[in-house]
Amino acid sequence: MISFLFGVFHTGLVLAAAPLVMGIVRLTKARLQGRRGASVLQPYRDLWRLLQKESVVADSASWLFRIAPYLVFVSVWLAATIMPTFTTDMLLTPAADLIALVALLGTARFFTALAGLDAGTAFGGLGSSREMFVASIGEPAMLMVIFSLSLLTHTTSPAQMAAYVMSGHVGIEVSAGLALAAMVMVAIAENGRIPIDNPTTHLELTMIHEAMVLEYSGRHLALLEAAAMVRLLLFMSIISCLFFPWGIAGPDSGLLEVLWGLAAWALKVGLLAVVLGYFETMLAKMRVFLIADFLGGALLLALLATIFLYVSEAV
Amino acid sequence: MLGNVTLMEYLGGGRAVAGHRPWPRYSLDERGWREMVHQLSVSDWTLLGLWADGTEVHAALRDEENAAIAVASVGCPDRRYPSLSGVRPAAIRLERAIHDLYGLTAEGLEDQRPWLDHGRWGQSAPLAIVRGAPPSGPVVYPFLPVEGESLHQIPVGPVHAGVIEPGHFRFTCAGETVVRLEERLGYTHKGVEGHMAGKSLIDAARLAGRISGDSTVAYAIAFARAAEAATGTEAPPRAHWMRALMAELERVANHILDFGAICNDAAFSFMLAQCTVLRERILSVNELCFGHRLLMDTVIPGGVAVDVTREGSSILRGLVKELRKRVRRLADVYDDMPSLQDRTVGTGIVQSSLAHRFGAGGFVGRAASQGGDARKVPGYPPYDDLDFEVPVHPEGDVNARIWQRLEEVTASLALIEQILERMPGGPLHKPIPTRGGEGMALVEGFRGEILLWLRLSEVGRVVRCHPRDPSWFQWPLLEAAIEGNIVADFPLCNKSFNCSYSGVDL
Repeated sequence: MISFLFGVFHTGLVLAAAPLVMGIVRLTKARLQGRRGASVLQPYRDLWRLLQKESVVADSASWLFRIAPYLVFVSVWLAATIMPTFTTDMLLTPAADLIALVALLGTARFFTALAGLDAGTAFGGLGSSREMFVASIGEPAMLMVIFSLSLLTHTTSPAQMAAYVMSGHVGIEVSAGLALAAMVMVAIAENGRIPIDNPTTHLELTMIHEAMVLEYSGRHLALLEAAAMVRLLLFMSIISCLFFPWGIAGPDSGLLEVLWGLAAWALKVGLLAVVLGYFETMLAKMRVFLIADFLGGALLLALLATIFLYVSEAV
Repeated sequence: MLGNVTLMEYLGGGRAVAGHRPWPRYSLDERGWREMVHQLSVSDWTLLGLWADGTEVHAALRDEENAAIAVASVGCPDRRYPSLSGVRPAAIRLERAIHDLYGLTAEGLEDQRPWLDHGRWGQSAPLAIVRGAPPSGPVVYPFLPVEGESLHQIPVGPVHAGVIEPGHFRFTCAGETVVRLEERLGYTHKGVEGHMAGKSLIDAARLAGRISGDSTVAYAIAFARAAEAATGTEAPPRAHWMRALMAELERVANHILDFGAICNDAAFSFMLAQCTVLRERILSVNELCFGHRLLMDTVIPGGVAVDVTREGSSILRGLVKELRKRVRRLADVYDDMPSLQDRTVGTGIVQSSLAHRFGAGGFVGRAASQGGDARKVPGYPPYDDLDFEVPVHPEGDVNARIWQRLEEVTASLALIEQILERMPGGPLHKPIPTRGGEGMALVEGFRGEILLWLRLSEVGRVVRCHPRDPSWFQWPLLEAAIEGNIVADFPLCNKSFNCSYSGVDL
């Protein structure tokens, strides 16, 4: 019963907190640039504003264009419900593992790319083609990270991974370090952050993710924006749950431990948001074709993480 | 004999037109014009401008060997004249614009498509002596044809996502690589040449200051100098120094903002935020010292309308000190950012020979080894009294244009200090006599050399005014610079050029 309640609460929590995290990233960037910046609550207002607005759909768009935002939003949200945040004791956690999570994110990406092509504009096609280019290297890299982690912890379930890491079976592990580096790189690419993509640009020719959703407006755009925010929070949760699980409540925890888990998660995510904002301020965007090198690097790091595991076992 | 003739020797044989100052104007017949076209093919004479006036076409030329400047004119009673486009490709768009406005056809011009006329004027050739009928039916503009299986086109604009001027860019790409860019401009056409006709000098000067808003001081100086030349007057010395002071402030403000904007296009928004603050500092000091943030209407024919007080002078000195320090710090930030330089180095290279062929001035030309600067050649007061160097870079890429601008900022700041130090006293303004005549001026705006040609009637009204923005010769280079680059680098290249739309759409 309690895991059901936790599951419901968690599902609402990721959705409710995602705009706040985005707000923290944006405010950090603004402050570092010497601007006052909008309130951290601005993303909520933006979503609310978009929900109030009419959705304009291109004449050339098909039914796919209309349903894609819902599919994307639901897939990303569902993926976020798999990933434990403050407790591992949740209804849906045992139901799916990290491979399913990658599949859900891939589904979301697939429909975004299709929707980008659907309206038949040049920018949408450009964005979809670039997104697929990024995905073709990004997804293997992410799977490789998961493989090395599951080899390390003997499971693909995020809850059991977190429990394993906390149990002290994993010391300071070279593989974990390499996997973390690879994971961070993949997370940057998956979320279209600088230096891969610039989420705030108005220059259509340089866009990746934004180019695909250029044709969207109103509630459709609100859903896609919300999906992007939830995805960012999801990746922060992945990093904090798998690599820094300390504080997370396990099964049979008391109320105090759950509250402590909440606080620890909020702290970790908040810290990650500030760090992301800091690095985005310090970097320029890379050339489109360098993304292959960047993600190739992530793939290689993840591969090395796996190899190191075998090497250390053999020794 | 060919190739060794100087411009003056060549044109000097023609019929000189009286009352054209400060450089001579020669009237050629059609045969003479054809011979001149031929001579252009073997001479290093730069085309400075090409414009029409009733049924006459004028070409301003500069001999690069001895810096002599002259205007050649040809009458075209049967509404056609031999084209210069074969020997000076920079003339192509100017000839297309002449056709749209005056209905005069360039014979031998391959590209006969309209340029300014988008078929929405309700008439054609609005400045011709006899206006033409409007086009029947909607006008379809044929873009250059492309063939090839793996090529695709990306149309961008004319309405853009940012708050910028309108222009259409048609990219033909193979994957991410740009095979060809074709520009289509003319969306901000507002009939400047038509509006100028019949205006008093004061009204025309105000309009000239609004042709391209970010270069208002440079345009106003160009107009004032042309008017002074046409009437044979000379502004008082202090007016020259005041003009230079404001022109340099304008240059610094624009270069700084563009530097930030270029970095922002590589997603490094820190620089834009910082540069916006710096530009705002300049604009508020402008407001404080001269009463207008962008310095509009401060330069008038015959002198200037504002003076700088002792207090204003010390505010400006403080501003220069602050800017120098902060710009240097931002330049260091840029210099220490490999991720940013990875985007700018080697991107959007302008070939030096091409810049020379098009006579492209300003930072676009100077960042590609072309050292022309109207403040030095032909030079105008007070710059001949001032000590300054014009930096030049050979690489021609985005990085070179960034450094070009940063160094020009430094040079301009030093100029401002010199001007404040040595500004002579005396009157600010001298009345312009009511007199007819023709005048021409070359003034260095922040983008490059602005040419302004003016003909006044005997009662002192504007008969014809042709302003030629430096961007006329820079826009075509952008098309060349982006070739072979990836399409995602276009905004970076475009911002590093920052050509004026309003200035060329007239």
